[in-house]
Amino acid sequence: MDNVLVSCEQADEFKVGNHVLHSRLILGTGKYDSFEEMRQAIEASGTACVTIAVRRERLHDSSGRNILDYLDADNLLLLPNTAGCYDAETAVRCARMGREILRGLENPGANWVKLEVLGDSRTLLPDPIETVKATELLVNDGFQVLCYTSDDPIIARRLKNAGATAVMPAGSPIGSGLGILNQNSLQIILEDLKNDDPDYPVIVDAGVGTASDVAIAMELGFDGVLLNTAVARAKNPIKMAEAMKLGVEAGRLARLGGRINKAKYASASSPDVGVITSRDPK
Amino acid sequence: MSDNKNKLEITVNGEPLVVDEGTTVTQLLARMQMNRRGIAVEINQQLEPRENHDHRIVEHGDWFEIVTLVGGG
Repeated sequence: MDNVLVSCEQADEFKVGNHVLHSRLILGTGKYDSFEEMRQAIEASGTACVTIAVRRERLHDSSGRNILDYLDADNLLLLPNTAGCYDAETAVRCARMGREILRGLENPGANWVKLEVLGDSRTLLPDPIETVKATELLVNDGFQVLCYTSDDPIIARRLKNAGATAVMPAGSPIGSGLGILNQNSLQIILEDLKNDDPDYPVIVDAGVGTASDVAIAMELGFDGVLLNTAVARAKNPIKMAEAMKLGVEAGRLARLGGRINKAKYASASSPDVGVITSRDPK
Repeated sequence: MSDNKNKLEITVNGEPLVVDEGTTVTQLLARMQMNRRGIAVEINQQLEPRENHDHRIVEHGDWFEIVTLVGGG
């Protein structure tokens, strides 16, 4: 079984910008009970890439506990994000500081960013206008921009046209665990962005609750899934991380395998001919 | 502490701070125990690349943001 998955993965590269990832799962690093639990969940998930936030350094705590001590930065690609920014200007500043940190660490993730420009603290839905503006500014500044967005197909198209390296619509609100709420819109986004460009990366970012949500996203044709809360706040984050890994692999294989068409009526799996009969037919 | 150097008032991560005139960014970071890997410095909303930290002198009124990486999604 392992061999089947490995050979499939080898032939099935996940390329985002100039990065090639050996897993289609991208994991967030927030909300874990401890850095150690986070480290174990990352390992169990098999991910090649984790996203991290940029925040003010604490002025009055020199304990020195640092997330970097728990991330295998030699083997993990770090994806800095602009989480918590509410306008394009702040998001650009945040992205530049993330790039500066990753350059210092000599991590190849220095050239990309997960762009998140929020419009509202209750829904954490993106501000579409500021997101497009920030994308243009960051692309001009040499960033490969992975854009968190809503399930609106027109904004998704605008982001791709603005030069986004990947578009990442939410399945449902961040941290909600509601899964994929609007399959129809997401399928329109996939069709539209991949129409003349089948390898253009489109990733579900946010809303996933459990492994079946991830499998559904992959079956729909998404190139990958980015998630955080569903693992970090699960009863057992390490088990859930492995479940997400398997969900991504199952969904991707199902996508490549090609599902059957849905039909209204039954279709027998055994031959019609050769069925034994009764001695006294009715 | 009772030297004759002039004092400058600056802001670091939203908090006021008094430093000696002539302090470099590198010295400021050392004093705040922030001179380690995994940080970035912005002065007056412009990124200050680490290669400038040794010679950039802190000026009165400078507004510093010193950031690091934290867990997030």
